[in-house]
Amino acid sequence: MTESAITARNLSKSYRIARSGRSHDRLTEALVARAKHPFHRQEFETLAALSDVTFDIPWGEAVGIVGRNGAGKSTLLKILTRITAPSGGRVELGGRVGSLLEVGTGFHPELTGRENVYLNGSLLGMSRREIRRRFDDIVDFSGVARFLETPVKRFSSGMYVRLAFSVAAHLETEILAIDEVLAVGDAEFQRRSLDKMRDVAKDGRTVLYVSHQLQTVTALCTSAMFLDEGRLITSGSVESVMDAYRDSFQTFRARQLDPERRPGSGQIRLQEVTTTEIREPTDDTVVAFKVGVNPEIVGKYFVSCHVRDDTGLLVAQCDSRLVGLWLDPSEPRQGVLRIKDLWLRPGQYTIDMYLCQAGVFDEWRAAAAFEVLPHIPYPELVTDEGLFGAVLCDFDYEAW
Amino acid sequence: MRREPGGQPYVVLLPPGRLNLPRAREIWEAREILYRFGVRDVVLRYRQTAVGIAWVVLQPLVTAGIFAIVFGRVAGLSSGDVPYFLFAFAGTIAWTVFAGVLTRAAPSLVANQALVSKVFFPRVVVPLSANLSVLIDFGVSLVLFGVLLAVNDVNPGWAVLSLPLWTLCALALGSGAGLAASAVMVKYRDVSYALPWLVQVLMYATPVAYALDAVPAGLSLWFDANPLTWLMECFRWALLGTAPPPLWQVVGLLVTSVVAVLAGLLVFQRREREFADVI
Repeated sequence: MTESAITARNLSKSYRIARSGRSHDRLTEALVARAKHPFHRQEFETLAALSDVTFDIPWGEAVGIVGRNGAGKSTLLKILTRITAPSGGRVELGGRVGSLLEVGTGFHPELTGRENVYLNGSLLGMSRREIRRRFDDIVDFSGVARFLETPVKRFSSGMYVRLAFSVAAHLETEILAIDEVLAVGDAEFQRRSLDKMRDVAKDGRTVLYVSHQLQTVTALCTSAMFLDEGRLITSGSVESVMDAYRDSFQTFRARQLDPERRPGSGQIRLQEVTTTEIREPTDDTVVAFKVGVNPEIVGKYFVSCHVRDDTGLLVAQCDSRLVGLWLDPSEPRQGVLRIKDLWLRPGQYTIDMYLCQAGVFDEWRAAAAFEVLPHIPYPELVTDEGLFGAVLCDFDYEAW
Repeated sequence: MRREPGGQPYVVLLPPGRLNLPRAREIWEAREILYRFGVRDVVLRYRQTAVGIAWVVLQPLVTAGIFAIVFGRVAGLSSGDVPYFLFAFAGTIAWTVFAGVLTRAAPSLVANQALVSKVFFPRVVVPLSANLSVLIDFGVSLVLFGVLLAVNDVNPGWAVLSLPLWTLCALALGSGAGLAASAVMVKYRDVSYALPWLVQVLMYATPVAYALDAVPAGLSLWFDANPLTWLMECFRWALLGTAPPPLWQVVGLLVTSVVAVLAGLLVFQRREREFADVI
């Protein structure tokens, strides 16, 4: 047995992006281009998704891989699960790697539940004997025993997800890679899935879990790695990595705390912005703020609050002019902004606050941050492709 | 749980080299996937179809019938001692094995895009799984052919024992071309337009529906150089007891089959590691 489950040395992955014009999707185009410029070599820009990542993961460890979007988490997982090849470096794997990258990949709608269990199980790397041995466990865990002979296209999305997850959860590979899948499912199913994942690590196998949901990483993992812009920033105990991860938000936030370093004319500044740091998707977003005083300013000013997700997408802008709020600069003010009926997707968010009149007095980026818990506030479950919107919302269907 | 003894890593991942041959053990372990893919294709083809397996019987029957009318009656070509219909049927069966594997293997990677970009397994099993459903169709056609032979009182003799070998050759030729086509199709979708047309052209360029004897002397060199011609001759010898093909054709066919599979594998494996990034 190797000492480490996974040993990675100077691992890197870069994608080539055609610079001049576009790459050729058609053979004819490629041939024509070659005929026109026989000696022209296509110029490529390389995009480094991972650069020079080195780490060792011992057996029996459940490792959380955290980082913002585009940090290289998924690329790393794709290399370790051998879906894509590294462009540099070396990885040694101590055993088979099973992946739970997307629940239900390989399920075919026309096949029955039973047929899909066998097909999916073999795709995930189980032998026929293994599947047969675990078949009853898989079906029990999923709770769809009655529908085994039904084509899965007639399954409700919840049943579909549960069956697919059950197959993957019963993989007996020495290393198991999971990408955000635990975000699907109702609370009960999520709890059972988490227990299952913990058992895997207890068996002495190794779990890799990619997420930007700090809650689940803390709940599941025994150690963690933090990636940023394709580099491994730190690895070690969950707490220390989580701190580093939060710090990466916080370093930026800390710098912004000093009013002198913030953009804006500075004639009047925000003193404090706070919000509830952990919340449910359906909760109201409540932001409290305090503003200083400057009697020399003529006229009133307004406040604007931006909510951004961890990719920097502006999810909501709440400009106080829209609701007729103007503040008087001659005395210190404080206030509360309450955003109602905005259902946020699970993840990390930051709040930017602005004080403006004709120009900007104060621009405080990342003045506050909060996390939305990984709960999906709908009665049924679907896979991720049913949840692509930038926000969630309270909706229902009527049909006739 | 299985682990490697002696501290050897189970697998080492390195950037792809030039020759990127699959590891034999991995392919062997993926035989279950191969089988499941094959079963899936077969099941899907007959589930929710009204006449099911009858399609397999009907297709070669009608094709051979048309050939018998067009080439036998309209063009008035000779088919030797056997009825033209049987002659064309034998050719159709052989051709269907080769073309069936090729046309089912070629689009298989693109059709299984989600799998290729999300799960690891030796990619070669995807195009190779086409062999299973083709073999089943072949089996059904063969039974039908046997009945027709008995009805027409034609006896192929001992030559019929060589049939498995020629079937293997047809599968090998189809798989080799199919492997290469499927790998190229990941990047260039033109293949999906060009291939059906190419297969059709090849069919008319190969003595499937007519005898090699019917080819004008000036052109026979071209026909003799076509490995698929050799395949047809071998198949007809085994199925109808016609004159045995010359030895050079038999040897040529065997060599070409092996070369086709190896070349197909080589093309496939060279591109394999980039499938997930390109598809």
